[in-house]
Amino acid sequence: MATNQALFQYCLRLGDTNLILGHRLSEMCSRGPMLEEDIALTNFALDHIGQAEALLQYAGKLEGKGRSEDDLSYLRNVEEFENFRLVEQPNTDFAYVIARQFLVDVYQCLLYQKMQKSTDETLAGMGSRFLKESTYHLRHTSGWMERLGLGTDESKRRIQQAINDLWQYTPEMLSARPYEKELTAKGIVPDAEEIALDWLVQVVRVLSRSGIHKPQDAAVPPSDSHSDHLVRMLAEMQYLQRTYPDARW
Amino acid sequence: MVTTLSGIEELVWERLSLIPDPEIPVISIVELGIVRNVQYDGETLNIVVTPTYTGCPAMHLFVAEIKAAMHDQGFDHLNITTVYSPAWTTDLIAPEAMQKLKKYGIAPPVKEISQDDPFAPLPVIPCPRCGSEHTSMVSQFGATACKSLYTCNDCKEPFEYFKHF
Repeated sequence: MATNQALFQYCLRLGDTNLILGHRLSEMCSRGPMLEEDIALTNFALDHIGQAEALLQYAGKLEGKGRSEDDLSYLRNVEEFENFRLVEQPNTDFAYVIARQFLVDVYQCLLYQKMQKSTDETLAGMGSRFLKESTYHLRHTSGWMERLGLGTDESKRRIQQAINDLWQYTPEMLSARPYEKELTAKGIVPDAEEIALDWLVQVVRVLSRSGIHKPQDAAVPPSDSHSDHLVRMLAEMQYLQRTYPDARW
Repeated sequence: MVTTLSGIEELVWERLSLIPDPEIPVISIVELGIVRNVQYDGETLNIVVTPTYTGCPAMHLFVAEIKAAMHDQGFDHLNITTVYSPAWTTDLIAPEAMQKLKKYGIAPPVKEISQDDPFAPLPVIPCPRCGSEHTSMVSQFGATACKSLYTCNDCKEPFEYFKHF
């Protein structure tokens, strides 16, 4: 695979992950458990959508077919989305929102830290830009992991349940795609295996501090295809562009 | 009358420094440090900007305002490019602008102990009104992506803090 094609795929995966997570978080607008948390979650949504915009714009440029970040977001079908399966999982309750976010925050902090050193100038710039945002996110979510884990019996039960349910989606997030090998060899993208090792150490540190048990790895990994949750989300997200093609504000 | 290309570029910088930040009108987009470069080749005006926060909705407004202002100046061939590298940081905010922020009631950014470590303790943010260091964070996230909410335990006033970035 040509380097540009591989990098296009890579940016699509990271861009889609941010887009879908940002959209999921935007669903929490006016539904936060308290005003400050509502503002925090929508701030997160904005950061992720901003990161998606930058990554998908770059992906479109690499692809060279003239697709903009909007074309990529609104005019692709579900099977063309490359986002981590973890981020499409629904906002079941506040514990799920925090657990999902925490697992992604640790990953993104490690990813962006390493991405700053990319030999690709655009990726390096994005890495240092995004890292600061993700650091703020992780500070917030790890605080919540602790408060929920060490809070009441009810909050402990719920955060443990959320971590148990979401854990099965983490191997997919942590494993490298076939096209990444040559990009890593050229110093363009971080080594997925290194991130996976650091990720586990950092996640376990926060879990144990919060009195939350690390779940067993799933005996049968979940299906590789997207869930119905994503189908429904895209139906809503893409509705306007699909119904009124090329509609503009 | 300005005839040299660099003279024209200087005028463009001057004009850009009149465009206020839409969220914090006391400082301009030049003081904020988002305009990276201005270059005029006699025909096309090239302006390079860098986003503050990637998802900052004000960014689209900055670009629209730059376009309108340059159009008013008679530049028909305008090219605005966004770059991510090197990334914007609050260190790019002009020192005078830091004072303006404080006067406006927003605590200016304070260098953090470790920027990349989410578990590092947060620095003390002095109250922009009474100067007290006896303040507490109410919410890490505020009305805009760049600010946190604080309250002063001495003068009891709530205030916004421009996050170090």
